[in-house]
Amino acid sequence: MKLDSKAPEGPLAEKWTKHKFNLKLVNPANKRKYDVIVVGTGLAGASAAASLGELGYNVKAFCFQDSPRRAHSIAAQGGINAAKNYQNDGDSIYRLFYDTIKGGDYRAREANVYRLAEVSVNIIDQCVAQGVPFAREYGGLLSNRSFGGAQVSRTFYARGQTGQQLLLGAYGALNRQIANGKVKMYTRSEMLDVVIVDGKARGIITRDLITGKIESHSAHAVLLCTGGYGNVFFLSTNAKGSNVTAAWRAHKKGALFANPCFTQIHPTCIPVTGDHQSKLTLMSESLRNDGRVWVPKTARPGLKAADAVNIPESERDYFLERKYPSFGNLVPRDVASRNAKYVCDEGRGVGTTGLAVFLDFSDAIKRDGEATIRAKYGNLFDMYAQITGDNPYKVPMMIFPAVHYTMGGLWVDYNLMTTVPGLYALGEANFSDHGANRLGASALMQGLADGYFVIPYTIGDYLAGMPYEKVSTDRPEFKEAIDTVQSRINKLLSIKGKKTVDQFHRELGLTMWDYCGMSRSEKGLKFAKEKIQKLKEEFWSNVAVLGGAGELNQELEKALRVADFIELGELMIDDALNRSESCGGHFREESATPDGEAKRKDDEFAYVAAWEYKGENQSEALHKEELIFENVKLTQRSYK
Amino acid sequence: MKITLKVWRQKDANSKGAFKTYEHSHVSQDMSFLEMLDVLNNELVQKGEEPIAFDHDCREGICGMCSLYINGRPHGPLQTTTCQLHMRSFKDGETITIEPWRAKAFPVVKDLVVDRGAFDRIQRAGGYVSVNTGGVPDANEIAIPKKIADEAFDAATCIGCGACVAACKNASAMLFVSAKVSQFALLPQGQPERKERVEKMVAQMDEEGFGACTNTKACEAECPKGISVANIARMNREYFSAITSSYEVMAKGGGD
Repeated sequence: MKLDSKAPEGPLAEKWTKHKFNLKLVNPANKRKYDVIVVGTGLAGASAAASLGELGYNVKAFCFQDSPRRAHSIAAQGGINAAKNYQNDGDSIYRLFYDTIKGGDYRAREANVYRLAEVSVNIIDQCVAQGVPFAREYGGLLSNRSFGGAQVSRTFYARGQTGQQLLLGAYGALNRQIANGKVKMYTRSEMLDVVIVDGKARGIITRDLITGKIESHSAHAVLLCTGGYGNVFFLSTNAKGSNVTAAWRAHKKGALFANPCFTQIHPTCIPVTGDHQSKLTLMSESLRNDGRVWVPKTARPGLKAADAVNIPESERDYFLERKYPSFGNLVPRDVASRNAKYVCDEGRGVGTTGLAVFLDFSDAIKRDGEATIRAKYGNLFDMYAQITGDNPYKVPMMIFPAVHYTMGGLWVDYNLMTTVPGLYALGEANFSDHGANRLGASALMQGLADGYFVIPYTIGDYLAGMPYEKVSTDRPEFKEAIDTVQSRINKLLSIKGKKTVDQFHRELGLTMWDYCGMSRSEKGLKFAKEKIQKLKEEFWSNVAVLGGAGELNQELEKALRVADFIELGELMIDDALNRSESCGGHFREESATPDGEAKRKDDEFAYVAAWEYKGENQSEALHKEELIFENVKLTQRSYK
Repeated sequence: MKITLKVWRQKDANSKGAFKTYEHSHVSQDMSFLEMLDVLNNELVQKGEEPIAFDHDCREGICGMCSLYINGRPHGPLQTTTCQLHMRSFKDGETITIEPWRAKAFPVVKDLVVDRGAFDRIQRAGGYVSVNTGGVPDANEIAIPKKIADEAFDAATCIGCGACVAACKNASAMLFVSAKVSQFALLPQGQPERKERVEKMVAQMDEEGFGACTNTKACEAECPKGISVANIARMNREYFSAITSSYEVMAKGGGD
């Protein structure tokens, strides 16, 4: 299979404009003859469904939550980047492009990333027009902050709830189209398969989570806006319901999965307290603007935050400031995370589990006063106090890295189409813009760029070549897909084993975290692969799923998702094994510089690894999309 | 910790429900309330008993999916979401009663899960600014006083969980509806549709069967995001102003 990125020729800054001109258009009067399915209602899905409805297409939108407003984009805290240069500090579209390509460690496609930076400015305009209450200065204009190590202030924010406000804006736009009858909304409805007719995506199979009814929906195109797969690790900052099933089902029907091992570990999360832990809570990394990260110079097992205040300066190791004097506590996420892991591996971790480092605000409070710190981070401090019972105004916070985002996802071309014609992937569900590591405040930007400003143009090019005729859901392809879904459900209910779905999920997660997390080695990955194969076997012979198929059955929902996570886990390991370089958020122990920093191998790995499903228990086939850099020079990152 | 749980179990919307009692001895102070239920559910599954259905998703206090009426209070004893409530807020040996949201407009789906579709339908009636994608002015075209922007933001932080309805003896949705009405009434972007928005949203609210507001302020006291009842006062004024001076009324020569 030859992977054609369809990235347009010509100078970087003209690619998107030229491409838009070359895309075929659908006559306004004919748009109503086309049906489009949108799965997922986060930033990408809600913005796409609303925008396509506005254009006149008939949209059917699906979400598994009880309301489209609950998609996990809502939880994004920090902000959204845009190259507005409102601060007069030297930002530009080119600089945002450059920072994103560099931050992704040169594993993303230049043309896509430039387009992302280009449309970023439109996103802010759109959101403000919707009434999104971004933070403002006293003069009434929009406020910006520097975020995640950026050298310019280009991040727009709404206190610590930027994702919520952006999603509610998109939800409003979506609601307006639902009210206008252009979008039909299906809530508590989970996609369990995609239906291919004559080589094209023509529909999906869903399960109504209340009645258990398996339903068929046909359309002219299908958009997967289903988010990332961080929950393969069980513990992550994702919502409990976030899952890979829609993307994985698409993968098994022919959509290539790109760079599955590229996952992002976020450095500032609240540490694990015990075996009951169900998820990890992220605290915005804006905290690192004022907090100082440290551990004791010598191991002090079980050190509590309350006792940390008694440790003199001379016995503290501010390890990020020490190792990276120019960036200090603001080094990128992967560097901060990895170094926290190292000091804990050395036994210098703090707290009851030893898997935590301090994030200390005492100097900032001394410098700026408690009121200033409260104004900046009040809600985060309250959240921390609520969860841990510690008061971060008085004692240092404890933090530890956690899985936060997945850069990998379904392979898409410049039009956001997967390798299955008519099947698109938007937002975190695709792989396209963040390379091997995503910059802070760029996920919201990408989700909304894809939904508001890319897919409304590119989908027309495909639909313009499609006949108006609808395919009937009575066709054998739909019946067959329904049978497959139903027999899978029946199988899960009939096993009646001894272990709960959560137990399997935890085991999978622990294996992935230990061997395919921040730091990986060939030996560890091979060991993990065997473990996961055994886990899969055991799952299908010993899982306990009670209740029936025709009712609200949350255990069954989880079981269907975990079954797919297990298969994805194995592919992530294959991908990590193949990529024997350190790159972005992914550190390969065999590929390090003499001083222990990540070493990329550009001559061997400057490509997108896209995997093709070959059948049950078969190895997947690797296809490479070579990455061509015409505009940026590849350099090794240095934050020293 | 050991606790006793009295949990509302109901097979589906049409079946009759009842409390069932569970002795739960594997509870730690550091568990969140939902983790405590996870642990119980895992034990139930292993015993071959059907686990308790409850809604939850982000577990960060922002998606608004979790609910639960705990010991007679929505989201339990603290002014936070259930997912942010931890077992250290309870005593060893305590009996905890867990019910679903109780309101006619939120019918029970199963156990502790209710249908909050009414909230979506109210938002659909007008909880947005009618702008299409593209063709909008530059974001800094209109300056908005910081105070106004902040107040709009405070109203916009509503998570749509429904605690206000559950807390209200009349099952009124006024706090929820007024938060959205206020956000747009305050901002310049909301002005063109200001009057019809409040009329349509209030009409839909009434149609869904929510009760009237009698100013007991239980909603504000229980709202996990601390949305102020000042929004309700604002909505009442907005509504009165709209019905007496809406463009339709003025076109007919009525109003002031």
